[in-house]
Amino acid sequence: MEQNKHQLFVESALKGGHKKYHEKNASQGKLFVRERLNLLFDEGLQAEDGLFANILAGDLPADGVVTGIGKINGRTVCVMANDSTVKAGSWGSRTVEKIIRIQETAEKLGAPLLYLVDSAGARITDQLEMFPGRRGAGRIFYNQIKLSGRVPQICLLFGPSAAGGAYIPAFCDIVVMVEGNASMYLGSPRMAEMVIGEKVDLETMGGAKMHCSTSGCGDVLAKTEQEAIEYARKYLAYFPDNFKQKPAIAEPKIPAAFEKTLQEIIPENQNVSFNMYDLINRIIDEDSFCEVKKLFAAEIITGLARINGQSVGIIANQPRVKGGVLFADSADKAAKFISLCDAFHIPLLFLADVPGFMIGSQVEKMGIIRHGAKMIYAMSEATVPKITVIVRKAYGAGLYAMAGPAFEPDVCIALTGAQIAVMGPEAAVNAVYANKIAELPPDEQGAFIVEKRNEFREDIDIYRLASELIIDEVIEANDLRAVLEKRFEVYKSKEVKFADRKHGVSPV
Amino acid sequence: MGFVKASMAGTVWKVLVNAGEEVKEGQDVVILESMKMEIPIVAEEAGIVKQILAAEGDFINVDDDLIEIE
Repeated sequence: MEQNKHQLFVESALKGGHKKYHEKNASQGKLFVRERLNLLFDEGLQAEDGLFANILAGDLPADGVVTGIGKINGRTVCVMANDSTVKAGSWGSRTVEKIIRIQETAEKLGAPLLYLVDSAGARITDQLEMFPGRRGAGRIFYNQIKLSGRVPQICLLFGPSAAGGAYIPAFCDIVVMVEGNASMYLGSPRMAEMVIGEKVDLETMGGAKMHCSTSGCGDVLAKTEQEAIEYARKYLAYFPDNFKQKPAIAEPKIPAAFEKTLQEIIPENQNVSFNMYDLINRIIDEDSFCEVKKLFAAEIITGLARINGQSVGIIANQPRVKGGVLFADSADKAAKFISLCDAFHIPLLFLADVPGFMIGSQVEKMGIIRHGAKMIYAMSEATVPKITVIVRKAYGAGLYAMAGPAFEPDVCIALTGAQIAVMGPEAAVNAVYANKIAELPPDEQGAFIVEKRNEFREDIDIYRLASELIIDEVIEANDLRAVLEKRFEVYKSKEVKFADRKHGVSPV
Repeated sequence: MGFVKASMAGTVWKVLVNAGEEVKEGQDVVILESMKMEIPIVAEEAGIVKQILAAEGDFINVDDDLIEIE
């Protein structure tokens, strides 16, 4: 009799909610939580806690969340995964307690923590037990912040993360969202209509595409759940288990083969755009690019890659998009990525081709100075090996934000055609000689401008900067990969502390 | 079907397509000049150019319509 009771309880806890909810999920392309975990882990969950949570309630298997430990490529990883077949994955008091406990476990084990989110939010009927107290939902976020930078925290968003629940992704290192199903919002469209009179659909309000391209709350847009899970497994390989370790070295690979060399793809004319991905692919190990925030602020590229097997974080201006100019969003994107890499000992590579920060009243109203300050702050604080490459140009504060010489890069390398200046020759001549040009007879103006621009170019000649020790090394573009291999190798033992203090006051 | 919009404020330097022309997704259709840089603007979807809404030399603001595609 007792044996039967036990088996019944186990079976009911493992199978999740009512059949109709399983069917509804399947019709939306959503996998059952245990199938997700089977895909995520090498061999499913190795240890599960709280399977019997709320078992006596009868209709709340595992209280709507699976927590436990499994292996990803042989590494121990903790997980919490909502079961949306159980009351839409909503949180009761035991749900919250289970999440808090797996966070505590991840801290004790020094293991990465994955959040597989698919939840309608709090069970309002249970609010007193799960919302306000010491071990209420607030503790989940507190723990996330405490774990931040100690172990990698990854969010895979398969469904909604509503109201307070929307802060789980917000405090993760990275958020992968499944297109069409994932959403984040503080108030639902129904609530928005009731409270502020706005008529808006869910996709526009908080859909995956919107968050990955416009708000920046999402980092990676996946077409399917399988793709999202695959990304998480790939991403984790670039990271150590915790901040006390360094990332593992992978099998080195040579870069992919291309018909045209780097020298051939970089245009000599500074004003003409080119595709920075073409450069990145020529210097990293083949197929090693794992991009973060591809669709958001595309004028700057951020992503993990490998150089000779070593994990590196790349921050690169993209001249193809908005001329590679830095905006509020691009600075914000870079700041978070730099801080992520630095937290887990991933060396940084800055590929600068930047005309500067955007100007104009529109961006000033957006607080571009404040956002730019965030990037410069995060980059300065980063103590991992930092290599700066001036690909073509670095003008104005763009030089600073891209880890220019004053910001302690381990080396600042320039390619042969590079220009470093307060601004480009055209703008500089205009700034210095505007009055003089206006006084000249019209037929003499052209020649004067050309003469002054040439003088300016000579003044900022890259060998002059190298001669003054502003630039540490000038190299031909085609040698870039080989130089980076050697440089990252020699900086491996770098160990510095940025400043002795409680903590700085970050310009967030 | 939709409008190709300016990704940032600047001046229209070159319009690369004509009305009635077929464009592919990701094709450069306009080049802006801004911050002393040439900024290619691409069509986000394939279609036929219905009309050109910006002339070379025009000052445009971010999100201004440049080309209508159907």
